[in-house]
Amino acid sequence: MNFLLDPVAALGRATLALVRHAGALTLFALLGLSHLVRPPFYWRVFVASLIDIAYYSLPVVALTAVFSGGVIALQSYTGFAQYHVQSAIAGIVVLAVVRELGPVLAGLMVAGRVGAAMSAEIGTMRVTDQIDALYTLSTDPMKYLVAPRLLAGTMALPFLVAIADILGVLGGFAVSTTKLGFEPGAYIIATFNAVKPLDVTVGLVKAAVFGFLIALLGCYHGYTSRGGAEGVGAATTSAVVSASILLLAFDYLITDLFFAQ
Amino acid sequence: MSGTPKIRIRGLTKSFGEKKVLDGIDLDVEAGTSYVIIGGSGSGKSVLLRCILGLIVPDEGSIEIDGEDLLTTTSARRAALVARIGMLFQNGALFDSMSVADNIGFGLRAKLRDGAGHKLSRAEARERSGDILKQVGLDPSVGLLSPSELSGGMQKRVGLARAIAGTPEILFFDEPTTGLDPIMGAVIDGLIVDCVKRLGSTAIAITHDMASARRIGDQAAMLYHGKLVWKGLASNLMNSGDPMVDQFTHGRREGPIKMELRR
Ligand SMILES: Nc1ncnc2c1ncn2[C@@H]1O[C@H](COP(=O)(O)OP(=O)(O)OP(=O)(O)O)[C@@H](O)[C@H]1O
Ligand SMILES: [Mg+2]
Repeated sequence: MNFLLDPVAALGRATLALVRHAGALTLFALLGLSHLVRPPFYWRVFVASLIDIAYYSLPVVALTAVFSGGVIALQSYTGFAQYHVQSAIAGIVVLAVVRELGPVLAGLMVAGRVGAAMSAEIGTMRVTDQIDALYTLSTDPMKYLVAPRLLAGTMALPFLVAIADILGVLGGFAVSTTKLGFEPGAYIIATFNAVKPLDVTVGLVKAAVFGFLIALLGCYHGYTSRGGAEGVGAATTSAVVSASILLLAFDYLITDLFFAQ
Repeated sequence: MSGTPKIRIRGLTKSFGEKKVLDGIDLDVEAGTSYVIIGGSGSGKSVLLRCILGLIVPDEGSIEIDGEDLLTTTSARRAALVARIGMLFQNGALFDSMSVADNIGFGLRAKLRDGAGHKLSRAEARERSGDILKQVGLDPSVGLLSPSELSGGMQKRVGLARAIAGTPEILFFDEPTTGLDPIMGAVIDGLIVDCVKRLGSTAIAITHDMASARRIGDQAAMLYHGKLVWKGLASNLMNSGDPMVDQFTHGRREGPIKMELRR
């Protein structure tokens, strides 16, 4: 019986922890943001994290996007065959990718890659006194470590998602034209007819929010980690899990805000 | 000695939960002298330094540097006062994302300003870091390495180099020789004495090593159960006449200090 309830208890614990963290996390976010508007700004740290997030995440985000665009085309073709509305596939692919799959999948990939790396790096700095050393060298650690990463995350994700959007649509296009027998010209026209500027904009807004959340949780869990290597490991796991959950929650909220009339 | 002490601590108290780590510390460190603090593992020596540095906020008491209370002044003033302190951390705390030269350069750029109030350029800081490496007995080529490529003793030396890079008025050393072989320990002690003399700095050093304590220190104090139970000349550490200090410095099992289970 117990082993059945264990996951429930774990879920309860996770929820409680999230609530407990929410206040501290909000303060941390506000403090980090306040350092963005007060000089100095550490450009080198910002550029380094921007390159790390935007450039080095490109391959994994690109592959995810191509395959998910392709699979949406395939799934909707088989699913809609019985209704004889295969012509809607181009629209389904572009809307699914631009509104949801692009931002969410890119966000989850980056959460796994960058959120983990950030919390591990900052967590190691915490438990080896490097953060205290920064402070004694007249450098505010929030300003030096956290603020540039928050900005880099917020800026990098829209860039990645824009690329994911294009590649996702191309994935759908490739599958539809080579495997499902669509006429390329008509597919492209149908794609452009289906997508509106608002769809793209909201997708990119989501991306910016996700990027901020990923960087925030990576920094927060690293910054507050305690207790040696084990603590840093736990912080890394928490950063990825909590960023993924928050990302999906905000995905819902933003979708509701823009599309739910 | 005359005038206000460089560092003056009164009634400093700090608890973590139930555990009272510092319990009414009074300490005067005169300008230009070196103060050694000894005491058992976990007695709160590092916490004391962290309180002065502003890394831990104490529960009660006052900490003055040149007569200005760190705890009641504005945060900008506090930052300015703390900026006068150079710290060698117990484990070195080198930035492992940077080369050795950049670590020392960070220390330089953090504290030194040119005539117009600008930071040193990165190139100039790197240039100067070679000289500072020489001062701690390391070849300037070590600057190209990353901290993880150094031995423990070399890390201590680089930590020392980074701490002295900005020629601070006050230097803190947290167990500078722990984990080093006796010769390297003596070398580091020599470097510390050298730096303190050359910079004319005021120093507080924490150590478990009695030989080191006598080499570095002018004054000494022993921390036990959150209180400074003995203060005197560092040269008197081995024959202080105080039973607790005697037991500690001679490493005896029997005496007033009882081994207790740590909480
Ligand atoms: N941030 C903290 N939170 C909770 N407890 C702490 C914290 N920092 C230190 N302590 C506790 O305070 C006590 C004193 O720690 P401190 O690091 O000052 O010891 P120490 O005298 O430097 O020992 P050592 O010689 O082993 O370095 C320890 O029991 C430690 O557990
Ligand atoms: Mg200590």
